[in-house]
Amino acid sequence: MNPTGRFQKRTLFLIAYLVFAILPIYWMVNMSFKTNNEILSSFTFWPQDFTWDNYRTIFTDPSWYSGYINSLIYVAINTVISVTVALPAAYAFSRYRFLGDKHVFFWLLTNRMTPPAVFLLPFFQLYTTLGLMDTHWAVALAHLVFNVPLAVWILEGFMSGVPREIDETAYIDGYSFPRFFLTIFLPLIKAGVGVAAFFCFMFSWVELLLARTLTSVNAKPIVATMTRTVSASGMDWAVLAAAGVLTIVPGAIVIWFVRHYIAKGFAMGRV
Amino acid sequence: MNDELKPVNQKAWLLVLPVFVCVAFSAILPLMTVVNYSVQDIISPERRVFVGTEWFAMVMRDEELHGALLRQLGFSMAVLAVEIPLGILLALSMPAQGWKASAVLVIVALSLLIPWNVVGTIWQIYGRTDIGLLGAALQWLGFDYNYTGDATDAWLTVLVMDVWHWTPLVALLCYAGLRSIPDAYYQAARIDGASKFAVFRYIQLPKLRGVLMIAVLLRFMDSFMIYTEPFVLTGGGPGNATTFLSQYLTQKAVGQFDLGPAAAFSLIYFLIILLLCFILYNWMQRVGTTPKEGGQ
Repeated sequence: MNPTGRFQKRTLFLIAYLVFAILPIYWMVNMSFKTNNEILSSFTFWPQDFTWDNYRTIFTDPSWYSGYINSLIYVAINTVISVTVALPAAYAFSRYRFLGDKHVFFWLLTNRMTPPAVFLLPFFQLYTTLGLMDTHWAVALAHLVFNVPLAVWILEGFMSGVPREIDETAYIDGYSFPRFFLTIFLPLIKAGVGVAAFFCFMFSWVELLLARTLTSVNAKPIVATMTRTVSASGMDWAVLAAAGVLTIVPGAIVIWFVRHYIAKGFAMGRV
Repeated sequence: MNDELKPVNQKAWLLVLPVFVCVAFSAILPLMTVVNYSVQDIISPERRVFVGTEWFAMVMRDEELHGALLRQLGFSMAVLAVEIPLGILLALSMPAQGWKASAVLVIVALSLLIPWNVVGTIWQIYGRTDIGLLGAALQWLGFDYNYTGDATDAWLTVLVMDVWHWTPLVALLCYAGLRSIPDAYYQAARIDGASKFAVFRYIQLPKLRGVLMIAVLLRFMDSFMIYTEPFVLTGGGPGNATTFLSQYLTQKAVGQFDLGPAAAFSLIYFLIILLLCFILYNWMQRVGTTPKEGGQ
C-alpha cells in the first residue's frame, strides 16, 4: 500500500474534474462582462472591454429582477411543502409494513417518469379551473409531482440508516411520537434533510416547461424571462450570460448553508 | 424497504396520506386527462370521436419513433455508463472535512443550479470553434470538431454536456452516503489490513447501495426525458442524430398539434420508462443484497 501515491492520484483526478466543471461556467462569467460585439467577433480569454452594463440591465429592469423574486417564492413554497409532507411518509416507509407499502413507494417514483410535456395541457386546464393560473402556488404545486417522490426516496434512505432501537428506547422513555420525531429523530437525519431540501430546491429552480406554461405576468419565473432573449431576433448573449450567472447565486447560497449537513453525515447506521 | 423485520402497522398510512394527496392531485388527474385524449380524435373542443386503440397502433408502427427510441436507449446507457462510475470516483476523491470540502462541494454543485435552457446556451457558445473555449481548444489540438455539422461530434457534445451537467448529482448523493459510514468500519478494516480496493468493495459500495439506487434511477429516467439541453444546443440535428424521444414527442404534439396521437405516444413513452425502471430497480435490489448475505 502506498497511501501518499494513492492520495495524489485522487487529488489529481479531483483537480482535473474541477477544471472540467468550472470551465464552461468561467466562459459564461467571462461573457457576462463582455459586450455582445466582443462575444461574437473575437476569441478572448478575458473581457478586453470590461463592462457592468449587462448586470445593470438586469438590476434596473423590473421584468428581469422580478423573475428572480417570483422564482424564489415558488421554489421556497415548493421545497417547504415537499420536505414537510415527505418526512412523515418516509418515516412510515422506513419503519412499518402496511397494505401496499412497496407498491405505493415505487408508484411515487413513477410520477417522475412522465415527460413534463405530457402534463402541460392537463395542468393548464386544471389550474385554470381552480383559478390558480399565473400564481406562485400553481408552479409550486405543479412541481410537487417530481419533488415529493424524490424527497420521500432520499429521506427513506437516510432514515433506514438509523437503528430502530432508538425509536423503541424513546417510546419506552415516554416520548410521544411528535416529540420523539422532532427532538431525537430529526437531528439524526439532518444530512438527509439537507440533501433532500437541496435537490427539491434545485429541480424546482431549473424547471422550465411547467413554470413557463403556468405563468404569464405576475409569477413569471426567471427561466422563462431568459427564453425571451433567445427568441428575440438578435440574441442578446451578454445579458443572457449575466442572467445565467445570477441564477447560480441563490443555489450556491443554499448549498453553502446545507454543506455541513451533507458533509458531516451522522454517527451511526447505513444509508 | 426490503427489511422484513419491520412491524405491520396499518396506521402508517396516515403518515403517507399527505404525500398521497399531494401527488394524486398533481399526477393522477392530469394522467387521466391524457388517457382520455389518447382514445379520441379531437377535431375541435366540441367535436370528439372515440377511436379506441387506433392512435396506439399508429404510434407503434411509426418508423421514426423506432429510430428515436433506439437513439434514446443508446444515449441513456452511455449516460449511466459514464456518470455513475465517474460520480462514485468523484465522491471518493472529495475531501471529507475542512474548508476544502466546503469549497469543492459548492463548485461541484454549481452546474446543477443552472437552468436547463441556459446550459444549452452556454455549451452552444462554448463548443463553437471561433468564439468558444472548448471548440477552439479542440481545433487547436488538431481535431476537426464541428458540433453543428458532424453527427458524431453533435452526439458526443450532448453526452459531454450531460456528463458535465449531471455527474454532480451522482457525486453529491454518494458523498452524503460515504460521510454516513461510521469510522468503526474503517478501523476494523485497518486492523484486518484490508486494501483500499477491499474497503471500497466490501464496505463503501454496499453502504452506498441505497443512494446509488436513487442515483441510477434518477439519471436513467431524467436522461430518458432529456429535452431542453439538446433542443437548445443542436435542435435535434444534424439530421436527426440528437433527436431523442422527448423531442420527437414535442414535434408531434406542438408541431402538428395532434392531441390524440401525442397522448397515445406519451402513454407508450411513460410505459417504456416505467418498465425499464422497474427492471433496473429489481435488478439493483438483488445485486445489492447477494454479496451482503455472503459477507455476513
